[in-house]
Amino acid sequence: MNDTILEARNLTKNFGGFVAVNGVDLRIKRGSIHAIIGPNGAGKTTMFNLLTKFITPSSGKILFNDTDITNKKPAEIANMGVVRSFQISAVFPHLTVLENVRLALQRGLGVSYHFWRSKAMLHNLDAQAMAQLERVGLADYAQLRAVELPYGRKRALEIATTLGLEPELMLLDEPTQGMGTEDVGTVTDLIGRVREGRTIVMVEHNLGVVAHLADTITVLARGEVLAEGPYEVVSKNPQVMEAYMGVSAEEQEETV
Amino acid sequence: MQEMSNTTTDIGEFEENTGEPEHRTRSRIWQGIFWVALIGFLLIAPALLYPVFVMQLLCFALFAAAFNLLIGFTGLLSFGHAAFFGGAAYIAGHALKVWGFPPLLGIATGTLFAAALGWAVGSLAIRRQGIYFAMITLALAQIVYFLVLQLPFTGGEDGLQGIPRGHLLGFIDLNQPLAMYYTVAAIFLIGFLVIYRIIHSPFGQVLLAIRENEPRALSLGYNVDRFKLLAFVLSAALAGLAGSTKALVFQFASLTDAHWQMSGEVILMTLLGGMGTIFGPVVGAFVVVALQHALSGIGSWVQVVIGGTFIACVLLFRRGIVGELARLLKINSL
Repeated sequence: MNDTILEARNLTKNFGGFVAVNGVDLRIKRGSIHAIIGPNGAGKTTMFNLLTKFITPSSGKILFNDTDITNKKPAEIANMGVVRSFQISAVFPHLTVLENVRLALQRGLGVSYHFWRSKAMLHNLDAQAMAQLERVGLADYAQLRAVELPYGRKRALEIATTLGLEPELMLLDEPTQGMGTEDVGTVTDLIGRVREGRTIVMVEHNLGVVAHLADTITVLARGEVLAEGPYEVVSKNPQVMEAYMGVSAEEQEETV
Repeated sequence: MQEMSNTTTDIGEFEENTGEPEHRTRSRIWQGIFWVALIGFLLIAPALLYPVFVMQLLCFALFAAAFNLLIGFTGLLSFGHAAFFGGAAYIAGHALKVWGFPPLLGIATGTLFAAALGWAVGSLAIRRQGIYFAMITLALAQIVYFLVLQLPFTGGEDGLQGIPRGHLLGFIDLNQPLAMYYTVAAIFLIGFLVIYRIIHSPFGQVLLAIRENEPRALSLGYNVDRFKLLAFVLSAALAGLAGSTKALVFQFASLTDAHWQMSGEVILMTLLGGMGTIFGPVVGAFVVVALQHALSGIGSWVQVVIGGTFIACVLLFRRGIVGELARLLKINSL
């Protein structure tokens, strides 16, 4: 097994005439937490959607465990063990918390097209689903509908659902976006706890979270890689300070 | 002791351990009440009401329930379901009249045709979402309407007339009103049970996930397009079952069955009864068909009354009759 789990080679995405991501090379080390940061409009979200196959690159290659996944569909890479989260908490609002997690587990049974069978068989997955919910501290809310959970807990539910797939690689799109300080802490702890045995790539605004969790940070600016390395190195890079931290010193104050 | 250790591994037991909330128990009770009421109605209706009217109710109720499978449980708005309802009516009628098929085989032929047509229309339509999806289904349904009007075997403006009812299984004469009625009641009940099972299957769970959050279902590894297509085909086939049955009952397949207005009516029935509810479409179909009958004396003003009802429904009780009832009773599914 290679040390690199995910690799992007010379990845480029044009929208009409606008180059959102321009020739980015990226290597994600197996077992690490890798954060992609950058000022607004730096191409983080585009980069994230490229890696998760929700958009197709204009040129360049993406390799997962040395397999070319550039032309794969999102459902295909999910089956390979690459699972993403969304910026707006992605839950199934009118299903119960338990049913949410069960949907991730259900795929393993291979009965998802069986429209003639009773869903009572899915109760076999309840214990497994409850175990995932316990990991994120949601066991007491199992019978509530997801829509009734507060925001931070929805995020925890989303992570529990993602964990249900036992992904090798988890991609988190701004996991603490729009959260109060308390929820940010909870979710940061949660990510720290579930990293065991897997690789996590996250796009994140909150530098406090990044400094706390990430082993490697890639700083994007204007669609290109500006700097890469651990937080201590990247945060002292003069270009980064100018392009990112310099312009948002107040924001940094607020978020850290 | 042996028995005790057995019960602890029982799945039902586990569910109790995790705590079945009170609203779910209530939900079950009320669903039971609705089932009893429905089956009771099916059994005694011909004694109280004109059987042909009840059979019409049941055909539309099945049609609406089939439509609800898409809009209520998958989140797809088809504006072309008349093509499956009407198209199947014509094919079943032709099979019964010209090919001399026995009644059940004729209905099966119409149903299979609707499934195939659903596959063709669905494959094209699911490539787009929202309003574009609706527009593609409408456009394709208009093509079907045009074919129904122009093809040599359909009888054009007159419709396909004189469809024989024949003998069920070779010996039950369907020209006897009660024999015909209980056959239709059985077809309706089977169709409705099939829909109920689809909703409550592992497949139905994925459909709900797609309705609730399609990108998330995709990111969990579900091939969303294949699920949508299968749902579309099932819905079309069941709409075809309703249309074929209606052709047998009325011995007549008419242009209005395939007209776009019929696609609109089934949307109205489903919204009025409560989309995404189990019994809503049945209630909605009963209300709309009953209104049409009761108000037939005022001619085309019926449309105005039904339009007004629709506006009132959207403004005042958006969940539909059964949806609002479920809310009042504080239960999640009815």
